[in-house]
Amino acid sequence: MKKLCIIWTILACLLILPAFLEAEVTPPIEGGKLPDIRLAIPADAGYQTYLGIKGDGAFSLPQIKASVVIVEIFSMYCPHCQREAPSINDLFSKIQQSKKLNDKVKLVGIGVGNSLYEVEYFKKTYSIQFPLFSDGEFIVHKQLGEVRTPYFIGIKIHKDGSHKIFYSKLGGIADNASFLKLIQTQLTK
Amino acid sequence: MQSFLKTIPAIAILILLTSGSAFALSDAYKENIYNPGQLKPVDSTLKVKVGEPAPELTLPSLSGEAISLRQFAGKKNVVISYVPAAWTPICSDQWPGYNLAKGLFEAHDAILLGITVDNLPTLYSWTRQMGTLWFPVLSDFWPHGAVADKFGVLRSDGIAERALFIIDKAGILRYAKVGDINRRPDLEELINALKKANNGK
Repeated sequence: MKKLCIIWTILACLLILPAFLEAEVTPPIEGGKLPDIRLAIPADAGYQTYLGIKGDGAFSLPQIKASVVIVEIFSMYCPHCQREAPSINDLFSKIQQSKKLNDKVKLVGIGVGNSLYEVEYFKKTYSIQFPLFSDGEFIVHKQLGEVRTPYFIGIKIHKDGSHKIFYSKLGGIADNASFLKLIQTQLTK
Repeated sequence: MQSFLKTIPAIAILILLTSGSAFALSDAYKENIYNPGQLKPVDSTLKVKVGEPAPELTLPSLSGEAISLRQFAGKKNVVISYVPAAWTPICSDQWPGYNLAKGLFEAHDAILLGITVDNLPTLYSWTRQMGTLWFPVLSDFWPHGAVADKFGVLRSDGIAERALFIIDKAGILRYAKVGDINRRPDLEELINALKKANNGK
């Protein structure tokens, strides 16, 4: 009887533990580090070149060949993200047109709860040129504390491969010009 | 003591199933979404059959006019999207997604009808947060959930299932999917089913 009691208690603890662990996940903090987010290396050769990552399998965001990486957490089902899409395209376009920025600043989007089909549809609808990734099972979303969308994260990647979050905010980017200035200050650090 | 031990695994499994979520909230709704938590995935039994004529329905819509299935007969395929309730997490992003996917519905000669069992004022304030919807939004509020019940998608607590139906131009039900209320249906599956219905398969 005692053995049975112990077994049931252990089983209950094992089952309850994930609920407590999940409860502790908070959104990324400015000045802190990202959780170990793993994304599938895109099959598209153009995206591989853009990200500076080759092969197949998975990669983590600080592996992107850049000094600054901007991550947009979005969903094709989010009306705010839909409204924000043209403005983010404008931001990407400004980065690409700037010789000072285009090699050093990279932009990626992660569609939380979106299948590959849904991400591709969002990309096609808004003619998005930067790489978008599918997080169909909310794995990344849970790692990021289940933030509302859109949510933007800016990461400064140091030469030694370490990184620091310099921007982590809910909602759209209110002013692309100010945001580009913020990015430029990170490049001089 | 023995009965207590018997309940432990049940409690543990319940906690595991209810931990975490499977939705991402849009900031468009700020803090105004009510989260009912994890619900029983399906709580009704379908009363309609694929391959048979769909039941007729007439419901009031947000535009002020009553919408009937028969008005699309011979003209459009009809996709019905029943969602459980206004101002809840998954329902609040499902229709904005369909709003964006207008081209996919049109490509297969379909109109979408969004229906809940909420009343019109509630639907009005809720859908205004989604932007301008291209499809009619219908209220199955009174007699409460009567159409949902006719299709077999009215749950025991009075809300609707998360259900999708495709009715072809001849009025025949071609697709019926009552999914897990806690998860958004897969868009690709719906569009593939619509494509088949439009091709007469």
